[in-house]
Amino acid sequence: MLPHLDAAYTLARWLMRDREAAEDVLQEAMVRALTYFASFKGVNPRAWLLQIVRNTAYGSLALNRGVETVPLAADSDEPTAAELVSAEDNPETALLRSRESCQVRTLIAALPLELRETLVLREFEEFSYKEIAEATQTPIGTVMSRLWRARQLLAQAAAAEGLP
Amino acid sequence: MTAPAPMPACDKVLLVQAEFDGELDAAQAAALEAHRAECPICQAAQAELRRTRALLRTEPYEPTPGDVRARVFARLRQAAPEAMPPPRPRQSWAWLRGPSLGFGLGAACAALIAFLVLLPERISLVDALVADHIRALQPGHLEDVVSTDQHTVKPWFDGRIDFSPPVRDFAAQGFPLKGARLDYLDGRPVAALVYQRAKHIIDLYVWPAAGVIPRLANESSIQGYNVVHWTQGGMNFWAVSDVERSQLDDFAGLWQRTP
Repeated sequence: MLPHLDAAYTLARWLMRDREAAEDVLQEAMVRALTYFASFKGVNPRAWLLQIVRNTAYGSLALNRGVETVPLAADSDEPTAAELVSAEDNPETALLRSRESCQVRTLIAALPLELRETLVLREFEEFSYKEIAEATQTPIGTVMSRLWRARQLLAQAAAAEGLP
Repeated sequence: MTAPAPMPACDKVLLVQAEFDGELDAAQAAALEAHRAECPICQAAQAELRRTRALLRTEPYEPTPGDVRARVFARLRQAAPEAMPPPRPRQSWAWLRGPSLGFGLGAACAALIAFLVLLPERISLVDALVADHIRALQPGHLEDVVSTDQHTVKPWFDGRIDFSPPVRDFAAQGFPLKGARLDYLDGRPVAALVYQRAKHIIDLYVWPAAGVIPRLANESSIQGYNVVHWTQGGMNFWAVSDVERSQLDDFAGLWQRTP
């Protein structure tokens, strides 16, 4: 499961929209995965692990219903040094880009949960439709329409924000 | 942001999206291309998918920070003994004392390590083996050299691969050798020996074992195909077939009893 830890953490962050809550979910999910690993009979450990992460996150969200978590982007209005330095071009474009990325993050975080998880699995984890269907326990047809709606909403919101 | 997305005005846009996500095969993609050339809605959809992806690419991928990773491992190490209980924890607490505790902890650690690193790779290797076996069953793909004589098959590998796989014929025991072929698995060329069992084909993949091969779950089953693994004489052996598990185990046993 080690090779899939980044994918698990990424999904947890996007579902919980809060780093601390995401880490709790990640830990809980990894322990559950370890416990049930002996009974794992499938062929795709990555989709299996992310399904556990998702179920754990949903459980945690249901428990905390009513408690507002701070969206991921809110604590990172200021670009970090790493974000600035990692860009290969000049400081102005780098700053511009990191601001843009910050806005994108806010837009993704504002998507409804089902659309957000589908988009994140496809675009950041490069899951196939079949893997997304497995991880989210959703028919492939629904995965396709969710993905379409997520992209539409994102494109509309980006246009409204004046992003390219 | 909360406004509902407009319904797509062409019923092919989800196909455009599927093509964009690499989900269509060549024939489907060609058929779609013919439609898209004449459909402005699908052309616009394609352009928007590209813009959206470019926008998402501005969001850097964030690997798990070292401290988060460390805390996850600490939690797993702590949880491993509970997650993997020793065989008879309910009868008495006597297992808490004496050597069985050490065994329990050792087993838990082994299970943890397997969970973290080994099995996922193994599962994908088993996938690859079964896929290769199925591909080899297509007409004309089974053998590069057809011979029931182990003294013909073994020299055939000379100069084709950088090791000399053991070749045995078990015709007397009901597993006649049919031939062999070269394959590429696990990032290296491997020898595949082909055996017949009644109407079933058994592929036996052989390649040198690198380092210590952990003996974990040594058998599995995918899509109705059984897979058995063992190591012997510094070589990895993987037998794949649709014969019954017990027969494949017999086959493995024959090999393991032959020096």
